[in-house]
Amino acid sequence: MKTFDQKHLLGTEDLTKDEIMDIMNTAKKFKDLINKGHHVVPTLHGKIVVLMFFEPSTRTRSSFEIAAKRLGAETIDFSSIKSATTKGETLVDTAKNLEAMNPDAFVIRHSNSGAPYLLSKLQSIPVINAGDGFHEHPTQALLDLMTILEYKKEVNGLKVLIVGDIAHSRVARSNIYSLKTMGAQVSVCGPATMLPPAVERLGVKVYTDIKAALPEQDVVMMLRIQAERGGTNNQFPTLREYSRHWGLTNNTVKLLKRDAIIMHPGPMNRGVEISQAVADSERSVILPQVTNGVAVRMAILHKLCNGKSIEEVI
Amino acid sequence: MRILIKNARVICPVQNIDDKRDIVVENGLIKEIAKAGTASGTFDKTIDANGLIAAPGLVDMHTHLREPGHEGAETIATGTMAAAAGGFTSLAAMPNTKPVNDNAYVTSYMKTKAKEEGVVKVYPIGSITVDQAGEQLAEIGEMIKAGIVAISDDGSCVMNSYVMRKAMDYAKQFNIPVIDHCEDKNLRGEGVMNDGYYSMKLGLRGIPAVSEEIMVARDMALAQHTKCRTHIAHVSTAGSVRIIREAKQSNTPVTAEVTPHHLFLTEEAVATYDPNTNVNPPLRTHEDTKALILALKDGTIDAIATDHAPHSIERKDIEFQLAMCGMIGLETALALCLKLVHDGDLSLIHLIRLMSTNPAKILNISGGSLEVGAPADITIFDMNEEWTYTEDKILSKSKNTPFKGWKLKGKVKHTICEGKIVWGN
Repeated sequence: MKTFDQKHLLGTEDLTKDEIMDIMNTAKKFKDLINKGHHVVPTLHGKIVVLMFFEPSTRTRSSFEIAAKRLGAETIDFSSIKSATTKGETLVDTAKNLEAMNPDAFVIRHSNSGAPYLLSKLQSIPVINAGDGFHEHPTQALLDLMTILEYKKEVNGLKVLIVGDIAHSRVARSNIYSLKTMGAQVSVCGPATMLPPAVERLGVKVYTDIKAALPEQDVVMMLRIQAERGGTNNQFPTLREYSRHWGLTNNTVKLLKRDAIIMHPGPMNRGVEISQAVADSERSVILPQVTNGVAVRMAILHKLCNGKSIEEVI
Repeated sequence: MRILIKNARVICPVQNIDDKRDIVVENGLIKEIAKAGTASGTFDKTIDANGLIAAPGLVDMHTHLREPGHEGAETIATGTMAAAAGGFTSLAAMPNTKPVNDNAYVTSYMKTKAKEEGVVKVYPIGSITVDQAGEQLAEIGEMIKAGIVAISDDGSCVMNSYVMRKAMDYAKQFNIPVIDHCEDKNLRGEGVMNDGYYSMKLGLRGIPAVSEEIMVARDMALAQHTKCRTHIAHVSTAGSVRIIREAKQSNTPVTAEVTPHHLFLTEEAVATYDPNTNVNPPLRTHEDTKALILALKDGTIDAIATDHAPHSIERKDIEFQLAMCGMIGLETALALCLKLVHDGDLSLIHLIRLMSTNPAKILNISGGSLEVGAPADITIFDMNEEWTYTEDKILSKSKNTPFKGWKLKGKVKHTICEGKIVWGN
């Protein structure tokens, strides 16, 4: 079995099944150790991880920070420095300056698709993509996969539906790639205005009617509707209409199979894409997703930073 | 100064010549086209063009020279040098300088600067509207007196159809073409590449083909209505080709151009987020490039123009979305387009018509012909010489091109502008 030994984690598109399983197994190992009371597994003791968040983020940044600290690494929160980019420094210069200080990994979130790729080309330190524009968000897809594996054991042949603004979702893209690689049958659903061109060429089934899409699914992922900036840019008329047509409501949820699980990458708009009752229902695995996020990010940091073996440090 | 170009394969679309001949140049004019090996007399300079092509100097009807205002990216001196190296003897310079060429003073400045420092001829294009803002007509008549040959708000489509209609009515009385950069700004939104499979994969906002086509269609309707000569800049989609073809069939006074990069690159080139592939209109699909080549063959598209758009490295070596649009093209246009001849898509004489005769005709300027008495604007090139285009060879002040590293076939050996050898020796 080929292990995950790439230099960077830029996306899930190029990951093989073996590489993904290697990450899953490593993440499982960390999760088990934490559950057994090993709150720190210091394979990265003495290493420094730079968190470069050019876009607001609470959960992903915290998750990476906790993951790094559980591995015994130090973190530098570049997002709180704020200075460089507001002074007009380019991403290129920022990266080169930080590289000159010799950290061990960069975790980057950026609103421009491709920014992590650019960073990986410009310098030699491992880059972890924590979400770039509408391109990829690989650690989210991997934590989603870990969660699915916990509840469904086998991904091959599983039916997974992603609902929401597919066009502007990095979570959707990364999940489509990793789930397809693992053999799942992936469908996407959303208003036609939010389905990107040629998305069917990724090998997914495309729905605009959630009622037609929900039966048969084993997993449903509800994506966040970006409404906080006010207005919908005419992607759909109103939040009310969106919710009634594409939301997972107390009514539509009845169309799901009994053993289907419900996921959400967060943060949720309760009452928009998902109702309160559905979000908090037994079938919802939203909080386990968050827990698994730490384990998956530990696995990625552990592998990319080339630390000591787990056996050596516990 | 008398120059003899001997034993060249002479191409002249105007006289329909494709034959081995001698060319005699005297006092900046074509003096004689003689049977190969027969020209006699004494010459200050003899160019042995055996095995080479001698064609009318290329005419680029769509160049950004960046002067005044953006001299860090290009100047009239460096841009015209790059042009000479690419076989061009005349350029039409787009008005999106700083300040915008929306008045006779800027036009005069460009003309003077070109006279002093230019290597080849420069024909300024004036803006349609003040500051290219699409609202108030610029002093077009004054600029014509100062030397503009066309008007365009290139880079910014005149969105207001009333303003465009008036611009056409107004331009028609001076018999200059209105050149439009067709793009519905609302449909483009914040798009940065072709809207399609690759934009979906790369997570980049798309620019749909229809954002161009809707404006091409509008301009065809306006051109029919006003009877003003209308030229569509950098056509990039199969749909635009269809609309223009239909308009020509109903005798609409329209001409159109395509750039080499829209002929030879597709959206696939963006896959590595190379900012040098960020260009407007964006690189499209294989279906579009096929339709564009067909449009050259059947005459729907009249000219090949570079849209040479230099940008300094500081404005290009950044994230794809933040990079300025455009790529340089003067030094690669001929070699790239010769591929159409090598592949059997076009005859050589047709290619020269597209790159020299037609653009000169559209702009109503001299050039594009080797007739006796015409200005001696001549490009001499080897059709078959292979070379690799590398950054150190670039004469333009800016190096923003995705063609770096490409193996090209066809090389300019000498460029003669008004009887003066401006490239080669």
